Amino acid sequence: MPAAPSALQGSFDVAVIGAGVIGCAIARRFTLEGARVAVIEKAPDILDGASKGNSAILHTGFDAPPGALETACIAEGYAEYLEIHDKLGLPLIRAGALVVAWTEEEEALLPALIQQARDNGVADIAPLSAAETRALEPGLGAGVRAGFRVPREYLIDPWSAPHAYLLQALANGATLLRGCEVTGGGFDGAMWRLETTRGPLSAGIVINAAGLYGDRIDARLIGHSDFTIRPRKGQFIVYDKPAAALATHILLPVPSKITKGIVVCRTAFGNLIVGPTAEDQDDRETAALVPETLAALRARGEEILPALAGQDVTAIYAGLRPASEFKDYQIRAHAGLNYVTVGAIRSTGLSSALGTARHVHRLCAEFGHQRTPLGAPVWPQVTGISEYARRDWQCPGNGGIVCHCERVTRREIEAALSGPLAAQSLAGLKRRTRVTMGRCQGFYCSAALAALTKGRLTQPMAEAEDDR
Amino acid sequence: MTGDLPGFADVVIVGAGPAGLAAAAELKARGVGSVLVLEREAQAGGIPRHCGHSPFGMREFHRLLRGPAYAARLLARAQAAGALVKTGVTVTALHPGSGLSVASAGGLRQITARRVLLCTGVRESTRAARLIGGTKPGGVLSTGALQGMVHLQALRPFRNPVVLGTELVSFSALLTCRHLGIRPAAMIEPGPRVTARRPAGLLPRLQGVPLLRNTSITAIEGRDRVTGVSLQTADGARRRLACDGVIVTGGFRPEAALVRDSHLTMDPATGGPVVDQFGRCSDPAYFAAGNLLRPVETAGWSWNEGRIIGRAIAESLGDEVPDFAQNMKIELQGDVLKYILPQTLSACPAPAALRHFQLRVTRPARGRLILRVNGEVVLSRALSALPERRITLPLNALPAGAEGVAELSFEDGPA
Ligand SMILES: Cc1cc2nc3c(=O)[nH]c(=O)nc-3n(C[C@H](O)[C@H](O)[C@H](O)COP(=O)(O)OP(=O)(O)OC[C@H]3O[C@@H](n4cnc5c(N)ncnc54)[C@H](O)[C@@H]3O)c2cc1C
Ligand SMILES: Cc1cc2nc3c(=O)[nH]c(=O)nc-3n(C[C@H](O)[C@H](O)[C@H](O)COP(=O)(O)OP(=O)(O)OC[C@H]3O[C@@H](n4cnc5c(N)ncnc54)[C@H](O)[C@@H]3O)c2cc1C
Repeated sequence: MPAAPSALQGSFDVAVIGAGVIGCAIARRFTLEGARVAVIEKAPDILDGASKGNSAILHTGFDAPPGALETACIAEGYAEYLEIHDKLGLPLIRAGALVVAWTEEEEALLPALIQQARDNGVADIAPLSAAETRALEPGLGAGVRAGFRVPREYLIDPWSAPHAYLLQALANGATLLRGCEVTGGGFDGAMWRLETTRGPLSAGIVINAAGLYGDRIDARLIGHSDFTIRPRKGQFIVYDKPAAALATHILLPVPSKITKGIVVCRTAFGNLIVGPTAEDQDDRETAALVPETLAALRARGEEILPALAGQDVTAIYAGLRPASEFKDYQIRAHAGLNYVTVGAIRSTGLSSALGTARHVHRLCAEFGHQRTPLGAPVWPQVTGISEYARRDWQCPGNGGIVCHCERVTRREIEAALSGPLAAQSLAGLKRRTRVTMGRCQGFYCSAALAALTKGRLTQPMAEAEDDR
Repeated sequence: MTGDLPGFADVVIVGAGPAGLAAAAELKARGVGSVLVLEREAQAGGIPRHCGHSPFGMREFHRLLRGPAYAARLLARAQAAGALVKTGVTVTALHPGSGLSVASAGGLRQITARRVLLCTGVRESTRAARLIGGTKPGGVLSTGALQGMVHLQALRPFRNPVVLGTELVSFSALLTCRHLGIRPAAMIEPGPRVTARRPAGLLPRLQGVPLLRNTSITAIEGRDRVTGVSLQTADGARRRLACDGVIVTGGFRPEAALVRDSHLTMDPATGGPVVDQFGRCSDPAYFAAGNLLRPVETAGWSWNEGRIIGRAIAESLGDEVPDFAQNMKIELQGDVLKYILPQTLSACPAPAALRHFQLRVTRPARGRLILRVNGEVVLSRALSALPERRITLPLNALPAGAEGVAELSFEDGPA
């Protein structure tokens, strides 16, 4: 429901621009630390930018650059996720990763990688021979030369995690403004006044977590940006659930300078994905799927796991990494301006978000932001939609299954359409429930879903037949 | 709802489409004690529920019906015969020896049966499975989803879509559009010719819809809603066509997730379970009928299969069809023959339920079909066929009581 521009009520301690995984985690951290937070998101729903599509790996940071800010944020974010996931109802699939060398050159890089992992504090790693690698993953194709296992690389749900972070912020007093784009603003030495498409808003501190638009927001609000975003596209193929039986580990290639390379891993939803590619582009909006690239991904997937050849493709998707000319995160506190840029969180933001949020909070403390942390914060639970945990369809009173492939119940859909973080788009509803995301892609349930969501989405799935 | 679900039935049928409902009526007519049909949708009837057009029912009811009326009659007949039809119940797992896990609004529970008949039908393949590029806006639908929106919910998902495909079902998509009072921007066929038989191929012209052959969709455009498609012709020429929806039709695949996740043997060629001439699966307590067996046949054909396989099940309960090993496997040679059904034959004196082998070809084929048993030619027959068209071969082309391996091949040449 695009609200007309109006004076937004109230003034906040902190305004977070952008509700990607980073903005959601920052909103949570500042709320728990006692601040009054507003989260401002231009899209009708949260997670509409870089956080829309990723590999959903909870990285240990074993292959991150030693000493980098990114590496520290990953370590801290990883640790906090392990600590809080149960309390928020978030899944954790302890898959472990297997780095596999397929060529002589890759094999030669392994010792350095293992050393790098140890330098990054990931010590539980031992080199594996070809036979040992294959013993761990018998489905691997021909040509495995060596490898090593990273036992604590895990899989999570890319969407329920940020949802839970923001839900906890909202349950403890934060405000979410969706469909609200920041168009400008200024700092008067004490307070920020932000101009948005829904009216002005004032805040003590502004945090730019605008992802693919981080540089643009900097330019708009503080007159310049220290980096330029150049989106890096990653395309994926999702295989149907039987394919998940083909590999236990997250199968990682030996990373190159530019990318972590083509990964094969399960998903929290019980599927198996192959991807991502790494393709630089100028377009910040469109992550276009390219048939030839998808075919190549398929072929690569079948080299890694030959049994993939007989498996059905359930879905295809692509995401955009907010990459910049720098390798590391671009996080800067502009002290005189009460402004923090949290930019270029390129390819590890899901893992680092909770740690990045803590880092940003510490930066703000440096320029005088100090509140009393909440004594007994509320811990709302998200509905678990991991295939590796009990699902609603197995429980009484679920209202019946609506989406048959993903076994999404009416109760789950109703829950996702209500509450403080109610889905407002079909895409948002999918991220919360998985509805229509299975093998039939809506063949069976679109009609029932269109009826169920009638009048409740900003972009309806369909209009009444007699509305001519 | 689950409270009044019996925990046992002589025969449980999974899926209340034409095949399942026909089998239910037949089983009751043959005196089987308890017949329970489980259907996951809120309404029984299967695909015809949302086929707003005719012709359905000539063979079954000797009259011309639209899909929904046909579905209602099939249900009424099964219920009148004494079958118990439960909707809103999803079978989630098949266990050896005919135990089923079922889910409903009440949660999860188990049901046992002496025989289980699987009739879960077919669906169309997706945009993702076809690796069609571009973005992922709203308004990309299968024919089935479109029909459901229009005929079950009185909703209209778009006003100016394109139709991808020229199978029979693609023309149903055109009819559904006509019902909505909208005219598709184009009908798009990657191949050189319309897949469906005449007279369906005349429909686009009648509706004033341009038919683009040798053309594929390389990308779908739009952020929230479809705004257009990129097209490429066989000679490499590209162009853009504005539209607000894409109907991705046909490319049928059996809805076989349940079978695939079970102990039953699958046939990768049909995408359904391996069956013998009685429709019996690799676990003799399980049978299958209807379009789950293969892509794709008509409602009438599926209905008839439900009936004759239902009869075979009734006889198996009376022990007239004894349990025995499946002793002959039919293998396809080369890449012209796409699938064959049944895939195995059991040594059994009882008359077969399926009297014909059903075949399809992968490309237009003109030549000879040759059947060999243990290396010896037992049949050589002229064949001239197009993809997606029904081809049958009498089961008795195989010598009675033959054992071993039968091989079917196709050789190009003068028919
Ligand atoms: C292909 C791929 C694979 C990946 N795999 C992994 C992985 O396995 N593990 C991992 O940890 N990470 C992974 N990542 C990285 C992770 O997804 C990103 O680091 C993370 O999503 C970045 O989040 P963000 O919040 O910074 O940006 P975004 O998600 O882009 O959030 C920014 C938000 O700001 C909003 N916004 C922009 N401008 C304005 C404005 N003017 N006013 C209001 N709102 C505005 C946007 O709409 C958007 O919602 C992957 C990324 C990709 C693309
Ligand atoms: C979009 C579309 C349009 C078609 N149009 C025509 C047409 O115009 N004319 C024609 O002759 N044929 C048409 N067909 C072919 C159609 O398959 C047959 O008409 C016929 O419906 C096949 O009958 P069936 O009983 O095998 O399967 P279906 O009619 O598909 O019935 C299968 C039933 O099983 C249920 N089911 C599936 N899995 C489970 C489970 N796990 N638990 C419980 N229930 C389950 C389904 O909900 C469904 O009701 C069309 C097919 C499609 C996909």
